[in-house]
Amino acid sequence: MSSAEQHSRRDFLYIATGAVAAVGGAAALVPLIAQMNPDASTIAAGAPVEVDLGPIADGQIVKVFWRSKPIFIFHRTKKEIDEAKNVDVNSLPDPEPDAERVKSGHEQWLVVIGICTHLGCIPLAHQGEYDGWFCPCHGSQYDTSGRIRKGPAPKNLYLPPYTFLSDTKIRIGEASRAA
Amino acid sequence: MTPEGSIMSGHATYQPRNKFMQWLEKRLPIGGLVYSSFVAYPTPRNLNYWWTFGGILTFMLGVQLITGIILAMHYTPQVDMAFNSVESIMRDVNYGWLLRYVHANGASMFFLAAYIHMFRGMYYGSYKEPREVLWILGVILLLLMIATGFMGYVLVWGQMSFWAATVITNLFSAIPGVGDTIVTWLWGGYAVGNPTLNRFFSLHYLLPFVIAGVVVLHVWALHVAGQNNPAGIEPTSDKETVPFTPYATIKDGFMMVVFCILFAWFVFYIPNFLGHADNYIPANPAVTPAEIVPEWYYLPFYAILRSIPNKLLGVIALFSSIAILAFMPWLDTSKVRSARYRPLYRQFFWLFVIAGIGLGWLGSKPPEGIYVIMSRIFTAYYFAFFLIVLPLLGLFEKTKPLPTSISESVLGAKA
Repeated sequence: MSSAEQHSRRDFLYIATGAVAAVGGAAALVPLIAQMNPDASTIAAGAPVEVDLGPIADGQIVKVFWRSKPIFIFHRTKKEIDEAKNVDVNSLPDPEPDAERVKSGHEQWLVVIGICTHLGCIPLAHQGEYDGWFCPCHGSQYDTSGRIRKGPAPKNLYLPPYTFLSDTKIRIGEASRAA
Repeated sequence: MTPEGSIMSGHATYQPRNKFMQWLEKRLPIGGLVYSSFVAYPTPRNLNYWWTFGGILTFMLGVQLITGIILAMHYTPQVDMAFNSVESIMRDVNYGWLLRYVHANGASMFFLAAYIHMFRGMYYGSYKEPREVLWILGVILLLLMIATGFMGYVLVWGQMSFWAATVITNLFSAIPGVGDTIVTWLWGGYAVGNPTLNRFFSLHYLLPFVIAGVVVLHVWALHVAGQNNPAGIEPTSDKETVPFTPYATIKDGFMMVVFCILFAWFVFYIPNFLGHADNYIPANPAVTPAEIVPEWYYLPFYAILRSIPNKLLGVIALFSSIAILAFMPWLDTSKVRSARYRPLYRQFFWLFVIAGIGLGWLGSKPPEGIYVIMSRIFTAYYFAFFLIVLPLLGLFEKTKPLPTSISESVLGAKA
């Protein structure tokens, strides 16, 4: 056996061993990292929830929980709907017309995730200059459509996926197929 | 080692008289290691009391480890029981109130000593060649302390704990694209909850031992380069150093006692002064407190975060304000170490101290009006100090003549 042949045999073993070790090491990282993601029980507990809108009075905001997140359900009055609609959309920090934030035919219902898009605090209802929400942490203000109007938050309050089962019942956590 | 080998070889070599130690030394030379590191190790003879905080920090790490391990024996890391288990430590466990107050105030004392230790290094140029790695290890220790302290605060599971966890983990949501995925991964759920508390407990227990490991590296790097000193020049002979024991051990020990008086005053007289009353309200995911204020030792960084109106840039500024410290050895272009011989640097340094304390004060104020403007001015100076002042001063500053030796700096021309 010549020395050149020996070299290539060694090189092959070296590279093959290194490659298997690298792939094995990377594969071992998968469970180590994945275990930190939400577990099966957390995901199961995050199933859609149904909310009966009947008892919510005009102008009232209720807070329900879906996936440990507070969801604001706002039964808007005529005045509050008009306020949300009569705004120059392009003047907003995160331009979005009110029509895109509610389901058509159900304009009186605003359903948003009640977490300030700045750093995750829960804004206070019916406070601030825009009749919507005011975040006590860093002073972000939202209007009656849950849109950011003032303060450090970069985005409007996020909309959860939800669907109207009837005029007085919604299911949060499942996007409407019709819409 | 022979005296001419190196002045770092120490003042005496280890010659065990005890038979057992002689036997052990041939097999595991641990006696010699301890002797050369903590007895014969030469320290510059002109060290002042600002050099005692390394010892104080080691002591504080020990205090936090001992009280923390004991507290973990009585604590329950479960969302429905965590807060009550802390209250039971306070009311039911024998001396539990003392252990918890020592641990909680100990964190504050630990940070106080760390900040003094860092300002000392900045004033006397301890980060400069050949101590760059020593300095960077110190910055890593600061980062580990910040992470450990934050997670420990969350374990109490009061209102401030919960909302601090929410706000700080949400900082990562600023990362474009993958931010929300990372935050969900950190939480182990769709919000801060039981999985978050569990992993924070695990990591809060782990990180102090990581800190202890990095401290070993820090001390190792220190013993390779030797200590800096107020004159900022290297010792020129054995006559300019004294052995660590008894000189430094006694001086460190005296200052430790003084420091413990302050520590004890907090623990026994005003144990809740540095905390926030809202953290005695159990965590409530449905209600955010009227104001969220971090512990005092994070306030300067919090003020930097809030001074910038853009979310992503604010987060970048927050992390940069710590990371930039690691680059200090190269940002500072001056060859002279000690601020004693740098009249301009000395002024900029004290302005930096004022900016740091000012940011700490502003971090506790609501983010509005004059407070925002002041935060922006101090934040601008904080970064300008590193990015503009340090590089330029080295080129333009007229430094005072350096003494030729430590003896001359202590005794004047007589030496």
